[in-house]
Amino acid sequence: MSDTVAVVLLLAVAAYAVCGGADFGAGFWDLIAGSPDQGARPRELIERSIGPVWEANHVWLIFIFVVTWTAFPEAYASIMLTLFVPLTIAALGIVLRGASFAFRKSVVTLGNRRLFGAAFAASSVFVPYCMGAVAGGIASGRVPAGGKAGDPVDSWINPTSIVTGILAVAAVAYLAAVYLVWDARRDDDTELVQYFRRRTLVAAVVVAAVAAVGMVVLHGDAPYVFDGMTGRALPVVILGVVCGFGALVLLVRDATLGARALAVLAVAGLVLAWGVAQWPYLLPETLTVSDAAAPSGTLGALILIVILAAVIVGPALALLYVLARRGALPEEGVPDAADPVAHPPAG
Amino acid sequence: MFVNAGTQVLGVLAVDPVPWARSQMAFTLAFHIILVPLGVSWAFMTLIANYRALRHDDADALLLAQRWSKYMAVTFAVGAVTGTVLSFEFGLLWPKFMGRWGEAFGVPFGFEGIFFFTEAIFVAIYIYGWRRMRPWAHFWTGVPIVLAGIFGAASVVAANAWMNSPSGFTLDSAGNVTSVDPVGVIFNDAMPLETAHMLVAAYLVGGFMIASVYAVAMLRGRRDAYHRLAFVIAFTVAAVATPVQMGVGDALARWVYTEQPTKFAAIELVPRTSSDVPERLLGHLNSNGTVTGGIPIPGLASWLSDPSTGKSTVVQGLDNVPADTRPTTEEANVVHLAWDVMVGLGTLLFLLSLWYGAYWGLRRRLIENRAFLALAACSGVLAVITMEAGWVVTEVGRQPWIVYNYMKVEDAATANTGVWVTFIAVTVLYAALGVTAILVLRGMSRRFRRAGGFNDTDAPYGPTAMSRDETSAEEGAVR
Repeated sequence: MSDTVAVVLLLAVAAYAVCGGADFGAGFWDLIAGSPDQGARPRELIERSIGPVWEANHVWLIFIFVVTWTAFPEAYASIMLTLFVPLTIAALGIVLRGASFAFRKSVVTLGNRRLFGAAFAASSVFVPYCMGAVAGGIASGRVPAGGKAGDPVDSWINPTSIVTGILAVAAVAYLAAVYLVWDARRDDDTELVQYFRRRTLVAAVVVAAVAAVGMVVLHGDAPYVFDGMTGRALPVVILGVVCGFGALVLLVRDATLGARALAVLAVAGLVLAWGVAQWPYLLPETLTVSDAAAPSGTLGALILIVILAAVIVGPALALLYVLARRGALPEEGVPDAADPVAHPPAG
Repeated sequence: MFVNAGTQVLGVLAVDPVPWARSQMAFTLAFHIILVPLGVSWAFMTLIANYRALRHDDADALLLAQRWSKYMAVTFAVGAVTGTVLSFEFGLLWPKFMGRWGEAFGVPFGFEGIFFFTEAIFVAIYIYGWRRMRPWAHFWTGVPIVLAGIFGAASVVAANAWMNSPSGFTLDSAGNVTSVDPVGVIFNDAMPLETAHMLVAAYLVGGFMIASVYAVAMLRGRRDAYHRLAFVIAFTVAAVATPVQMGVGDALARWVYTEQPTKFAAIELVPRTSSDVPERLLGHLNSNGTVTGGIPIPGLASWLSDPSTGKSTVVQGLDNVPADTRPTTEEANVVHLAWDVMVGLGTLLFLLSLWYGAYWGLRRRLIENRAFLALAACSGVLAVITMEAGWVVTEVGRQPWIVYNYMKVEDAATANTGVWVTFIAVTVLYAALGVTAILVLRGMSRRFRRAGGFNDTDAPYGPTAMSRDETSAEEGAVR
C-alpha cells in the first residue's frame, strides 16, 4: 500500500511540475519580455494563457504536502527541518506571485500594473528555483532520516541543488514557451508564434545543456541517483529525451498541439525518472518508502481520497474546460449578462 | 576577528524559535480566518440573489449576484494563497508535531484537499457560466461551491478538534503511532460541536461583514432597491445565524466544562476547585492565585455549567493539574478576556439582530433608522473581532498542549533559530496583501458603479479577455 501512495505522490509531483510549472514558466517569459511597449503583446498572451485555472494549480502543491505529511510523516519532518530556508522562500514567493497576478488583472493604471507585474514575474523565477533546489537536496541524500535536521546551508546550496534549481527554471520556461506557441497559434498570431517558437528552441537547448551538466554533477555528488538514472530509470530518461526532441520537431513543422503533448511528457518524464532512479528510497540511502510509511489505516484513507478526487474533480475540470473552449468560439453571440433570458440553449 | 564578529552576529540572530513560531502561526491563521467566512458563506448569499433574479425576474438581484460572484473570486483567491502558506507552515514551524502525528492529524486535511479543489473549480465554472450556460443550469453550478465550502471548513475544524480531543490511534510504549482509525480521527469527540460552532460563525460573520458594507452605502444615501436587497440578504443570513450560534456556543462551553476542565477554568478564571463559582465579567488573575477586579455575578458560572445542580455545581480549578500542564497566568488572563469579548460582542450582535427581526415582524419592511444602520455598519468589524476572540479562547485555552495531553507546543516546534526573520517577512507581506485586497475590491466596486453594467473578464477566475475577433463579434452583437 505504501508503494501505491508513493506512486500517487510522484504522479502529483509530476502534475505540479507540468501544470504549475507552465504557470511559473510563463512568469519567466513575462519577466524578460522587455519594456512595457516591447513586451505588451507577449505579456497579454501570457496573461490570457494563465488566466482561468491558475489557482487550481496550487492544489497540487497542497496535495503533495498533505500526502507527504500524512503518509510519510517522519520524512516530511526531516525535509521541512532541513530545507527550511528554500521552502520558506518558495512559500513567500507563492504569496507574492499569486496575489500580484490576481491584482494585476484587477487594477487598471499602467504604474500599478507594472508594479504587480514585476512582483509576479520575479517570484515566478525564484519559486521553481527553490523547488528544484529542494529536490536536489533530497536526491543527493542531504536530508537525514528520523525527523532530524540536516545541514541548513549545504542541503540546498550544493552542486546538485544548484543544477536542479536551474534545471527547474529552464524546464518550466521551455514548457511554458511550447504552451504559448499553441495559444498564439490559436489566435492566428504568426508574429507571436515565431516569437515563442524561437524561445522554445533556446530553452530546449538550455535544458539539454543543464541536464547534461547535471548528469556529470550527479555522478560525483549523488551516486545512487546517478546509478538509477543510468540503470533502472534509463528507459524513462530516454522516453523523456525523445519526447522533448519530438516536441521540437513538431514545433518546427507547426503541429503545435502535438508539440504541447510531447513537451508535457518530456517534463513529466524528468520528474518520473528522478522518482524511479531513487526507488525504493524516499530519502536516498537512509529511508525507504516502506520504512517511512504511516499505518495502514492512514494509507487506506489516502487511497480513498485519491479515488474520490478522481470521481469528483475529474468531471468538474472537464466541464470547466468545455466552458472555456465554448467561450473561445468566435460565432458565439455574447448577450449582455444583465439580461437573464437571452441565452441560446447550451447543449 | 572577522569570524569572531560573524559568530557574535549569529549569536544575536539565533533567537528561541518557539515564541516566534507561535506568533507567526497565530498571525497567519488570524489573517486566514477572516477570509474563511467569505469563502464559506458568500456563495450561499450569492445563490439567494441568483435565485431571486431567476424566480422573480429581478434585474437588481441578477446584477448583485454577478458582482458578488466576482468579489467572491478575489477573496477566494487571496484565501487560497494564505491557505497554501499555512500548509507550508505546518511543516516549517511544527516539524516534530507533523513527524509524530502527521499520520493521524493529516487525514482530515486529505479530505479538505478534495473539497478545496472542488470549490476552486466550481467558483471558476460559476463565473464562466454567466454567459455560457442556461440560467438555471448555471444556478445549480453554484451549489457545489456552497457544499464544498461547508465540508472543507468542517474537515479543517475536525483537524483542530482532534488537537483538542485526540482519538483514533494507538501508541506503542515509546509513544509512536502504530495504527490509525481514520473515522475515529475525523469524528473525534470535539468535532461535532466545534465544527458546528465554526460553520455557523462563518455564516454569521460573513453576513455581518457584507451587510456592513451596504449599511455604509445606505448611510451615504444610496438607498435604492439594489443596495437594500444586498443589505437584506446578507443581514438576514447573519441575523438567523446569531441565535443559533448562541445555542451551539452554549452546548460547546458545557462540552469544554466536562472534557477540557482546565481550559474551562481559564475561561471562567477559576484558580481553585470550588462550587458556587461566580461569573466574572473582566477581572484579572494574579500570579499568587487570587482574582481581583471585574464584576462578579454570584454563582452564575456554576449554574450555567450545569443548571440541574445549580449553584452547587463544582467547577474544577486551574490548580487541579500541575502548573506545567495548564495555561500560564498570562495565558489564562488572555483566554478569559477573549471569552468576555466573544460573549459580550456576540450578545450585542444578537440584540442588533433582534431589533432588525422585531421591526420586520411588526412593520413588514426594512428598518432604515440611522442608529440601526450605524450599528449595522460596525457589525462586520465587530463580528470579525468576536470570531477572532473565540478562536483565541480555544487555541490559547489548550496551552501548553499542541495535542491535548499528548504533546506540548514547545516539543513540537522547529529548532530553526531564524524563525523571527520569517515572522517579520510574513507580517510585512501579509500587511501589504491585506491592504491591496481591500484596495482592489474598492476599485472593482467603483468601476462597477461607473460602468453601471457587468463584464466577466477582470476577476481572477474569470474567462480570459476575448481575442480581437470575439471582441468585434461582441461589438457587432451589441450594435
